[in-house]
Amino acid sequence: MTFNDRIFGVLMIVLAVAYGWGATQFPEPFGGGEAVGPETFPTLLAIVLAISSLYLIVRPDPDNVWPWSRTGIELIIAVVVLILYAVLLQPLGFIISTTLAVGALCWRMGARPVNAFLTGAISGVVVYFLFSFALDLALPLGLLAFLEVN
Amino acid sequence: METLGYLMDGFGVALQPHNLMFALLGAFLGTLIGALPGLGPANGVAILIPLAFSLGLAPETALIMLTSVYAGAMYGGRISSILLNIPGDEPAMMTCLDGYPMAQKGKASEALAISAVASFIGSLVATIGLILLAPLLANFALTFGPAEYFALFLLAFATLGGITGKNPIKTVVAACIGLMIATVGIDNTGVPRYTFGVLELFEGVDFIIAIVGLFAISELLFFIEERAGGGKEKMKVNKLSLSWKDIREILPTSFRGGVLGFIAGVLPGAGASLGSFISYTLEKRVLGKKGYFGEGDPRGVAAPEAGNNGASSGALVPMLTLGVPGSGTTAVLLALLISLNITPGPLMFTQNADIVWGVIAALLIGNFLLLILNIPLVGIFVKLLSVPPMYLLPIVTMVAFVGIYSISNTTFDLYFMVAFGVAGYGLRKLEIPLVPVILGLLLGPEMEKNLRHAMDISDGDWMILWSSGLAIGLWAFATLGLVLPYILGPILRRRMRVAAPTTGNPEGD
Repeated sequence: MTFNDRIFGVLMIVLAVAYGWGATQFPEPFGGGEAVGPETFPTLLAIVLAISSLYLIVRPDPDNVWPWSRTGIELIIAVVVLILYAVLLQPLGFIISTTLAVGALCWRMGARPVNAFLTGAISGVVVYFLFSFALDLALPLGLLAFLEVN
Repeated sequence: METLGYLMDGFGVALQPHNLMFALLGAFLGTLIGALPGLGPANGVAILIPLAFSLGLAPETALIMLTSVYAGAMYGGRISSILLNIPGDEPAMMTCLDGYPMAQKGKASEALAISAVASFIGSLVATIGLILLAPLLANFALTFGPAEYFALFLLAFATLGGITGKNPIKTVVAACIGLMIATVGIDNTGVPRYTFGVLELFEGVDFIIAIVGLFAISELLFFIEERAGGGKEKMKVNKLSLSWKDIREILPTSFRGGVLGFIAGVLPGAGASLGSFISYTLEKRVLGKKGYFGEGDPRGVAAPEAGNNGASSGALVPMLTLGVPGSGTTAVLLALLISLNITPGPLMFTQNADIVWGVIAALLIGNFLLLILNIPLVGIFVKLLSVPPMYLLPIVTMVAFVGIYSISNTTFDLYFMVAFGVAGYGLRKLEIPLVPVILGLLLGPEMEKNLRHAMDISDGDWMILWSSGLAIGLWAFATLGLVLPYILGPILRRRMRVAAPTTGNPEGD
């Protein structure tokens, strides 16, 4: 099957056209046009990308299998965990969010839940103290802010 | 000898206690990064860059530390090749051929020691080559005008896939994507491009975030997909019994390997994997029936290790003198230079002489440190190798998060990093190489600047881009770099595949 490269090629052509069209919309730079304006380089890129994408559509490589079913779900879980980690880093604080995120990832990758969350907690605490005492950098404490010693 | 004087100054920089300490730390971390499967050198160096920033290191210290990491990673790659028959990084692939059989025969620690010595000699030979060649090349590069630079950047992209690369068009697509991302932000004339009014995009996309996302996060996703969380069985390590005779036997091999590797490293399009491949095949041919290659011949361990370490030092030559990296890891080192506000290229040798020569001296010192680290302390690395990826990769991901977060203390960057990670996973699935994307991000602004200068000089005449002999030569080589893989690629790839049973991480180089 050679769908992957073809679909990707089509997407890239769409990108090239949109990008190239975007380049025509730039305002004239202050002080008038020059030999190479803001749009020249992007236009070149759009042309090169469009041509090479066409080639991909005409001569695609064989497909790699995408992970559907369970593995696909695991991947989505992992991405969701990463996004939640970023969302919760400040509100929950570094130690708690790290415990949850690293724990969840270890667990989903096959570790026993207890070991997984223990790894998360230990790594979170170690990195937190390493950063705040050895390197003098502040990571957010979040919910644990009451522990802060001034 | 002017060079010698500079080198002495370099030693003055590198031997300062704190620089020496960071070199040691870098060497240790590097070996670890190289040894652990799933944490390639490019990936490892990328994760450490934000940390080097948040530590507030001086430019030369940061660069010394990360170059030591780079050198160390090449040492480390062999450990898992020998013990697990899995290359820790791609260039260590050839080390599996004789290293693993040696380990099976109960000579694992001899294989590790021999490969450490060979790595040392390979790096030493190549670093000396670097010291001799780099100033010459830098001087030559001073004659480059903007048109030549523009062609040189094209050459860099064209040869990035290497002559063993599978599909050069995918390299072109990847480079375009990288260059397009690089155009986001306010350009030289003050016009905002592709910012969609988002304030965070006005300064452009921070390539450190992109690199960490593309490498670290996509690696995590790949491990999850392959369900490789459990790790593999590893060999027992016996007590070392190595005589002078054993070391003497591998010396000629290591020297040859180092020289070949260095050449492969300097040349665009060759790289460390090809360096170790060439030195292994050549050694096999030279020694012929006298050896027992493939069944655990010590020289079969020494040759590829000397080759890949030689190549990794050689690869620093184009990166330092021209500002054009030839591999993923040197691209990441270039990212570090740019973020330290050091303009890479020939001028660096005069304007930032202390930094360049400090780094070169640090390479020499780092080599001795690595030899010392790698022979007696190899046991520690072997122990750490048994940490299963299901614990390792989440922790690496966490370190990446901390590093990126500590750059600007905003979560916006983290979302960006995750997005790049998902995109990187998708691209790798489509076999679109990631290194050209990164190189595009790094070189984009310079490339556009040189195009602009060239056109200003010629008053808008495009012919200036191929008006000098040098520029035409560079264009010709760039074209060859794209066409040759179609002709030679299948042959070379078949040979490498016959020689090596397992292939490693595609982004290892």
